[in-house]
Amino acid sequence: MSQAQVERVSLTPVEQRTSNFGSVTTLWWREIIRFLRQRSRVTGAFAQPLVFWLLLGGGLNQSFQAPGAVEAGNYISYFFPGVIAMVLLFTAIFATIAVVEDRQGGFLQGVLVAPVSRFSIVLGQALGCTTLAVGQGVLFLLLAPLVGFPLSALGALIGVVVMILVGFGLASLGLVIAWRMDSTQGFHAIMNLLLLPMWMLSGAFFPAGGASSWLSWIMAINPLTYGVAALRRSLYVGATVPPEVAVLPEMAVSILVTAVFAAVMFAAAVRTVSTSGE
Amino acid sequence: MPRLHEPRTSCQLPYRVPYPVPLTPYPGPRPLYPVPCTLYPGSVLSAIQIDRLSHRYGERTALDEVSFSVAPGEIFGLLGPNGSGKTTMFRILSTLMRPTSGRAEIFGVDIGVDPGLARRSFGVVFQRPSVDPKLSVDENLTHHGRLYGMRGSELAQRCREMLDRVGLADRASDRVETLSGGLQRRVELAKGLLHSPRLLLLDEPSTGLDPGARREFNRHLLDLRDRDGVTIVLTTHYMEEAERCDRVGIMDEGRLARVDTPLALKESVGGDVVVVHSEDCAALGEKIRQRFGFDAAEVDGTLRIEQERGHELVRDLVEAFPDEIRTVTFGKPTLEDAFIHVTGRRLWESVEEAA
Repeated sequence: MSQAQVERVSLTPVEQRTSNFGSVTTLWWREIIRFLRQRSRVTGAFAQPLVFWLLLGGGLNQSFQAPGAVEAGNYISYFFPGVIAMVLLFTAIFATIAVVEDRQGGFLQGVLVAPVSRFSIVLGQALGCTTLAVGQGVLFLLLAPLVGFPLSALGALIGVVVMILVGFGLASLGLVIAWRMDSTQGFHAIMNLLLLPMWMLSGAFFPAGGASSWLSWIMAINPLTYGVAALRRSLYVGATVPPEVAVLPEMAVSILVTAVFAAVMFAAAVRTVSTSGE
Repeated sequence: MPRLHEPRTSCQLPYRVPYPVPLTPYPGPRPLYPVPCTLYPGSVLSAIQIDRLSHRYGERTALDEVSFSVAPGEIFGLLGPNGSGKTTMFRILSTLMRPTSGRAEIFGVDIGVDPGLARRSFGVVFQRPSVDPKLSVDENLTHHGRLYGMRGSELAQRCREMLDRVGLADRASDRVETLSGGLQRRVELAKGLLHSPRLLLLDEPSTGLDPGARREFNRHLLDLRDRDGVTIVLTTHYMEEAERCDRVGIMDEGRLARVDTPLALKESVGGDVVVVHSEDCAALGEKIRQRFGFDAAEVDGTLRIEQERGHELVRDLVEAFPDEIRTVTFGKPTLEDAFIHVTGRRLWESVEEAA
């Protein structure tokens, strides 16, 4: 054997495998198992949005009048899709904290040294997080007919699709942040300065029409605004659209913007993970 | 089994060829240039081949032109205090980090060129637990196996095998968080070995283990080398652990100060080691120099003398300076003595500096 020739022992059967599909599903599965085994997380996930909705919605119900609406007293239903957006956002936040902890512990190191593409790792994590978020969102959406929304089957279907897109986008955004952070402490700043304002300025909390003009500009460029608009519109598919919903971006535009946001965030997350640690 | 190559090092390794060796052309993208293996003349087949590897964190140099190679089937220990660069070396070897310069090969695969291919041939046991405490032992192993493309009954079979091997078969369905530290470490080992890697990398494997669990863990490593021919590379700052390696590389301030068998390292100290404790080391050292004509090295508030026929020196010293000497110890050199001999410092002294 000459020195110039680089030789290698042949690959063992295990070494020849590719594992991208298997690794996406196993990472996905792990996110869900972990969630179900933490009872406080399960309880919190379902109780928290309900409490938020009842307290804030109920408290502001009589004092709030949407621009264009005839009478006051419908904040609790205005806030409803906003709470769904909040569920999606908080799941992404929890998943993000979990990723930071996984990195501090060794779990993700174990994944990173496996022959798995970075794309698969991000996809598995984002899908796991999206599934949790959409699961909770769907439970909340089931309440919609009970509280007086004219939710149709088609509307519910569109609602779920929108939730998947928004959930995936927020989960990916969370991963971008998580993979750049060394500790959960720094995360609170990000949460308060970026993620919560993003939700508050999405039309989830108050409509753009009632905000000062600079705020309404921020709301117009906030991608989450379109996700919330699509969710809000999906509640009225096949029914008369109330005036405060009619002023929102069109459904098609909203879904398109949301999908683009999800794709861009996912690409950013893959990029972040691929370059981290080098 | 046939021998592949005779090791050329001065030290004779307890060396077994782990694999029947059908050589096939390198399947991945070719490395940019071949580096001949120093251990096996005429071949590049070493388990690990490190060539002038350097790493800098900003201004600080963590690794400074480190070169060494590890033979297949060998247990190789990187011994050094925290901050000596061994963890950086570990992170580079396990493809978590790219070196600033130099190259590293695992079984002929340049880990800078094709980390994905290199990752298939090794298993890793990290210092920090990499198992998920919320999952059961079995679920952790299954999860790991799927990352490596294993599935179905073959995966289940392999999980059972590994759990039997590390003696955890009866705890398979328990959550990892309910296991003791020693048992969790064994889950880590089972996980690192699940995909039958030919190289196992371990970062401070016995940290946080009680002596019993540590011995147990080391027994598993020896068993792996002897029964399966797995090459093992570990980092450590425990002398007892380094003692069990086939070869030890002493890391000091980012440099690889010496590589040899533990025996050869100890023999390199030369003669016996006499350590003198005194109230005033500097003064006593000077007196010893005047009286006996050699220097006594002052290490950490003691005087160390490495000499043949140390027992006679002890007698002479005590007779000459009965008042200055508080205690004298005398012994055959240990690996710790070898470490001091090579680096001029105690291991834990530099640990404290780093902390």
